[in-house]
Amino acid sequence: MSTSNLTTSMTASVGSKRRQIRVSWKRHLFRTLGTAFVWFSFVIVAVAFLSIILDVFLKALPGLKLSLLTEVSNGMSGGLKNAIEGTLVLSLGSLLISAPVGIAAGIYLSEFGSGIAGKSLRFLSDVLVGVPSIVLGYVGYITMVIYLGWQFSVAAGIITLSIMLLPYIARTTEMALGNIPQAVREAGFGIGAGEGSVILRILLPGAMPAVMTGLFYALALSMGETAPLIYTAGWSNYMWNGQFTNQPIGYLTYVIWTFINEPFEEAHILAFAAAFLITMVVLGLILLGRWLMVQQLRKRGAYQ
Amino acid sequence: MKVSVFRFGLVGTASFLPLSLILLVAFLTAYSWPAIQYNGLQFLWTNDWNLGSLYGNPVSIHGQQVMPGARYGIWFLVVGTLASSFLALLFALPIAVGAAYFLVEMMPKWLSGPLALLVDLLAAIPSVVFGLWGYVLLIPLLGQTVFPWMTQHIGFIPYLGGSPGSGYGLLTTAIVLAFMIVPLISATMREGISAIEPSLKEAGLGLGLNRLEVLWNIILPKLKTTLVGVSILALGRALGETMAVVMVSGNALNYLPNNIYTPISTMAAFIVSQLESALQDPTNMAVEALAEIALVLLVLTVIVNIIARMILWGAKVRS
Repeated sequence: MSTSNLTTSMTASVGSKRRQIRVSWKRHLFRTLGTAFVWFSFVIVAVAFLSIILDVFLKALPGLKLSLLTEVSNGMSGGLKNAIEGTLVLSLGSLLISAPVGIAAGIYLSEFGSGIAGKSLRFLSDVLVGVPSIVLGYVGYITMVIYLGWQFSVAAGIITLSIMLLPYIARTTEMALGNIPQAVREAGFGIGAGEGSVILRILLPGAMPAVMTGLFYALALSMGETAPLIYTAGWSNYMWNGQFTNQPIGYLTYVIWTFINEPFEEAHILAFAAAFLITMVVLGLILLGRWLMVQQLRKRGAYQ
Repeated sequence: MKVSVFRFGLVGTASFLPLSLILLVAFLTAYSWPAIQYNGLQFLWTNDWNLGSLYGNPVSIHGQQVMPGARYGIWFLVVGTLASSFLALLFALPIAVGAAYFLVEMMPKWLSGPLALLVDLLAAIPSVVFGLWGYVLLIPLLGQTVFPWMTQHIGFIPYLGGSPGSGYGLLTTAIVLAFMIVPLISATMREGISAIEPSLKEAGLGLGLNRLEVLWNIILPKLKTTLVGVSILALGRALGETMAVVMVSGNALNYLPNNIYTPISTMAAFIVSQLESALQDPTNMAVEALAEIALVLLVLTVIVNIIARMILWGAKVRS
C-alpha cells in the first residue's frame, strides 16, 4: 500500500538530512494501528490461556482434597478415584497398542517411504490426523459396541483411542528417524549389520528421545479426549473390575462435561477438580516432551 | 530382491494407516445405507430433523421401516458447522499472524521462547476444558454484558442486531473455536516468518519501510501459500471440534441462525447430543441417520484436509 508514498517521499528528500523525510500520515497510522494490533493479538491469546488455567485452578481449589483419590464418584459427590483409574487404563492401554504399530509405521515411512507407496501412506496418515474424533467414536460405537456386542467397554474405548493416536506416533517417529544422518546408516551397513539390526539397534536408540516426545504428546492427547470415549467406554461410578468387554469405565473428561450441568455445587467442584487434574497432567506431559527434545538437540549441538 | 521378514512386518503394520481410513468410510457407509436410501440427497439441504411419532407403529416407506412422520434433514447443521468454523477462522487468522509476528520479530530471543509457550500450550488444553471455560466464564460475560452492548451500539450492521440471546450461540462458539485454532496457525506462521531470508527483510528496511510494512509487503506475500494451507487445515480442525461446541453452542434443533447470537449446533456436536434420543427409535433409523451425519462430516473433513495437505506439501511446510 505504501510503496508509492515511499518513493515520493524518498525522491523529495534526496540531498537533505535523514530527519527531514516526511512520512505520510497513512504510513504513520498503519504503523501505529499495526503495532497496537500485533501487541493486542499476543496479549489476548496469552490472557485466554492464563484465564483458562486460573479459572480452572481457583474453582477447583475447594475440591482438591485427599478424598478425590480415595473415594469413587458417587453420582454427584464423592471423589474421582474411579475416573482417574479409568483415564489411566484407557490412555496407557491405547498407547500400548498404538505405540508399537505407530513406531513400526514410522520406521517404514522414514526408511523405505521414498517411493509412491510411502508417499501416499504419508499423505493418508496426515489426512487421518484430521478426522474428527467424534467420527472415530461413532464408528467405534457401531462396530464394537453394537455389532460385536461388546457394549460400553474398556476394549472399545482403547481401540478407538489407538486408531486416533496411530498417525501421530507414526509421523513423530518418522521425523525422529529422519533427523539421523545418512552416514550413521552407512556405518552400520558397512560393518555388516542387516537392515533389522541397523534400525533396531542403531537408529531407534539414537532417535529414542524424539520418539518418546511423540509418545508423551500422544498420551497427553488421549488423556484430554472425550468425544471418542462417550459412546465407546461409556461411564461407570465404580472401579474397573478388570473385564475388557461388557464393562463400562469412567474417565475424567466425562466428569467435566456432565457434572458441570448438574444443579449441585458439589458436582461443579468435582468437575473443576477433574479439569484441573487433566489439564495439569496434559500440560506436564507436553512440557516433559519438550524438555526431552531440547535435551536431545543440545546433546547434538543443534540447539543454542 | 529378497524381501526380509522384518521389512514385510513393517509394511504390514504401516498399512494399518490407510486401512483404518478406508474402514472408517466403509463401516459408516454400510451402517448408514438404509438411512441414505430413505433420506436421499435432500438430507443435506432440508431443514427437518424429526424422529417421528415414537409411539406409533413403524411404517414402510421406500422399503425402509421408519416411525410414522420420521424425517431427517440436516441443513441447520450444515449451516451451523460452516458458519461457526468460517467465523472462527476469520477471528483466528489475524490474531495468529499478529501473535506469530510479535513473538518472532518484536521480542528478544530469550523472551520469545517462554512467551511462545503460552501460545503453544493453548493447543494442548483439552477440548472439554475449553468448553468448561466457555460455559462458566465466557457465556455469562458475553451473554449479559458484551452481546447486549453490541446489539445496542453496533446493531445496525447486518446480523449483529436483533436479540442478543443468552450467550449460547454462533458467536460464542466461533470465539471458543478461534482460540482453539490460533496455536496451530501461529506455530506454522512463526516457523515461516523465521525461515524467511534475512536479506529480504533487510532489503525492505533499507528501502525505508518500517517493520510492519516489511511484514505486510514482503513477509506475508512470501508466505501466502503457507498461510492458505494452514488456514484450511485449521478450518478442518474447527469443523470437527466436538466437546467445546456441545457446551457453548446452545445445541439448537431445526433452527437457522438469524443473527450471530443465535443458538446453533454443528454436525459433530449433534452426534454427541442426539444419540440418546435416537436410541428411542425402535426401527433404528435415527441411529443410522446419525451415522449418515458422521459420514458427511468425515467426507467433508477428509476433503478439506486433502486440499490443505496438498497446498502445504507444495509449499514444503511441515505442520
